[in-house]
Amino acid sequence: MTEEGKTVSLTESTLIVDISDALSEKDKVKFTVHTRTTMKHFQKSEFHVVRQHEEFIWLHDRYEEDPKYAGYIIPPPPPRPNFDASREKLQRLGEGEGTMTKEEFTKMKQELEAEYLATFKKTVAMHEVFLTRLASHLVFREDPHLHVFLEYDQDLCARPKGKLQQLGGLVKSIGSTTDQYYLNATVRDVNDFFEQQMNSLTEYNVQLKDATARADKMTEKHKEVADSYIKISSGLLQLANSDNGHLDKFFARVSDFFERSRKVESRVASDQDLKLADTLRYYMRDSQAAKSLLVRRLKCLASYENANRALEKARHKNKEIHAAPEVQEAETAQSAACEQFEAISAQAKEELLDFKTRRLHAFRKSLIELAELEVKHAKTQQDLLKKSIQSLKELL
Amino acid sequence: MADDGITNSPPLFENVNITSEDNSDLFVSARQDIQEEPTNKITNGTTIAEPADVSKISLSDSRSNLETVPINNGSEHKSAEKVEFENGDTFIDITIGESQKMGEGMGAYVAYRIVTKTNMTIFKRREFAVTRRFSDFLGLHDKLTEKYLKVGTIIPPAPEKSVIGMTKIKMGSSTENAQNNGGDFVERRRAALERYLKRTAQHPVLIIDPDFRDFLENDVELPKATSTSALSGAGVMRLFNKVGETVNKITYKMDETDPWFEDKLTHIEGLETQLRKLHTNVEAMVTYRRELAHLTNGVSRSAALLSSCEDHSSLSRALTYLADTEEKVESLHLDQANTDFYILCELLKDYIGLLGAVRDAFHERTKLFQHWQHSQQMLAKKREAKAKFELQNRNDKLDQANTEVIEWESKVERGQESFDKISQMIKKEMDRFERCRIHDFKVMFIKYLENHLKHQAQLVKYWEEFLPEAKSIA
Repeated sequence: MTEEGKTVSLTESTLIVDISDALSEKDKVKFTVHTRTTMKHFQKSEFHVVRQHEEFIWLHDRYEEDPKYAGYIIPPPPPRPNFDASREKLQRLGEGEGTMTKEEFTKMKQELEAEYLATFKKTVAMHEVFLTRLASHLVFREDPHLHVFLEYDQDLCARPKGKLQQLGGLVKSIGSTTDQYYLNATVRDVNDFFEQQMNSLTEYNVQLKDATARADKMTEKHKEVADSYIKISSGLLQLANSDNGHLDKFFARVSDFFERSRKVESRVASDQDLKLADTLRYYMRDSQAAKSLLVRRLKCLASYENANRALEKARHKNKEIHAAPEVQEAETAQSAACEQFEAISAQAKEELLDFKTRRLHAFRKSLIELAELEVKHAKTQQDLLKKSIQSLKELL
Repeated sequence: MADDGITNSPPLFENVNITSEDNSDLFVSARQDIQEEPTNKITNGTTIAEPADVSKISLSDSRSNLETVPINNGSEHKSAEKVEFENGDTFIDITIGESQKMGEGMGAYVAYRIVTKTNMTIFKRREFAVTRRFSDFLGLHDKLTEKYLKVGTIIPPAPEKSVIGMTKIKMGSSTENAQNNGGDFVERRRAALERYLKRTAQHPVLIIDPDFRDFLENDVELPKATSTSALSGAGVMRLFNKVGETVNKITYKMDETDPWFEDKLTHIEGLETQLRKLHTNVEAMVTYRRELAHLTNGVSRSAALLSSCEDHSSLSRALTYLADTEEKVESLHLDQANTDFYILCELLKDYIGLLGAVRDAFHERTKLFQHWQHSQQMLAKKREAKAKFELQNRNDKLDQANTEVIEWESKVERGQESFDKISQMIKKEMDRFERCRIHDFKVMFIKYLENHLKHQAQLVKYWEEFLPEAKSIA
């Protein structure tokens, strides 16, 4: 199966996928998936289809189910679009409208709208990343389901997504976690490398989950700090307007400082979110995907052991008979299981190394960018402060 | 009740006789219920000896002593001296150093060490220190209010009592515990008390007051100011008095003759509303920033944990540095929150209190106006009576009527005089207050921004130090 993937040379067939447009309708987001390709499986070289989140999940599940891909880390599915937080905030803002001035309200609303837009863009980006990872993967790109997903101009069977199916998803996820525990407890791994990988990945995934949640809380609070400047700035402006001739200019300048500083502080929050929280989040999901790979391998190991036992049994039972068909059958099954297990193990090893490099590059890139942006914003604040202090001192 | 007082009772200036039982006085009326208890309202150690008289002193001397206030601000001589204080090379620098918890349990209190450096000749030495407790500050404020409020001085308010904060201190068994439980509280209070003393010392009249100087200079224990205790009977009475005063403030509307006062009062009221609003919002910012510091700590811990299970060594190392950086950022956020709080938030809070003091001074003027108006009404009545007697040819009554008219004439005169005086005084005080306010706000906001400038410089440094660590991931 690997050979098949490797024969595809990059030059003769390209497959470029992006999401050219997205539309939010009530609870649904409709993504327009845009494909350009020279691959001959496709009818045309460029086409659009409209897909919803559930169809992305459907596609992901197809990969996960296919034993062909058992040895690969399957790109994690994009998270469900969720704008509840933004909506809730907007509602709370509406309720508190009476407690603030018109300007304050407008500014707060603008901030929320920007926040909503950012969440929306992020959602789109996550869906896009999922597809581009599939499309750029030498093996995944050949999958017929992907081709259907990209090309077929109708709804896929993924819907209707009723409550029943959501429940099904839940049962499935519970199943996979218990699988892991069950397998961990029953299957004795022959390979220390994998056993250690399983342990460290599990731990790593837990820590990433925690780190993501904490980074989210931090950036959200930072945004709140920035937003609190709005009311301070407007309060100072009101003071400026009522202080006849003594401090009016002074207060106006301080008010102006808070307004400018707010924007920088708000950028700090959103950049921390993009560079730190989102990297953590993505690798939380990617490490989950890597873990799934290890579980699949353990399952494979379990069936290999079962095949071994079946062979032993068959041999024992047919001790007297030469070349008993039962034994032969069991031998074939055993060697097939062995082959599959070895193949998965080999592939998984490669994939795990690949995951490590990928992670390394991603963290390097985003941590460098984080540090650079932090420095940049802090310097902007410094400049702003220096200028403000100078302009205030002129009024002394 | 207060209304009754306004319409019926004669607030007589002749009531200076402190033994007078005339309780129909306007300003007494609001306090009458509690007057039966002879507890002293002024906490002055010298008057404490004669509790029976004290309540009357405190009620009547606000009028009687007007002319005999030790430092008469109206006199030319004194104001010249004041100018000297403000313009000369004199300085006074008051700091409150370390505080120490004294005693245990409910009797525990915090002692503050006050160090004063000055070149003012009015003090015996150039540098001196005393130990005072919180109630002493309240006592001092009461004494100063007692003496100077009635002439229209704007007296800086003392920090508020905090039962919760103090209980925390009392519950803390050792000094170490106090650090955890109420360390923050003590530091806040220390800073507030320091600002209170500095503000008082800034005032040209209050600085030379013997009680204030004693407070700074005389390192002996001050007589315990009982009435300042929140739970004491006197404390409750103070509350009653305050309520009475408030009712009077609300119900009595004087016919303003001087548009200056009307303008100022509107201005002050507007300012107070806006400062209150701003204060609330700045407080919110402080809270958010403190929470941010706490959450940054969470990220730091997560980065450290992540580093320990990251099997790639250079990424693991970078994550350790990230944890360090976030930890530094955490304490930086706390510093920022402290800048927000100690400079901005407390400045606003102080000024909200000071504006209250300004209103108190304005209210004193209203009171004097009421007295004056009342005297005029009385005079009119007496004149009427005299005219009647003249018509009726009742010579026997005429003599007395005559003396009464003369008496009231002089009272009207005195009433007008003190009203004019307080009006003048308040204008002067307001002028000073406004100058101080403008100066304070300017200085504090610049200081605020300068502190934040330092914080941002730190932030640049922290992340610049982290950058090579991120780059060395390979």
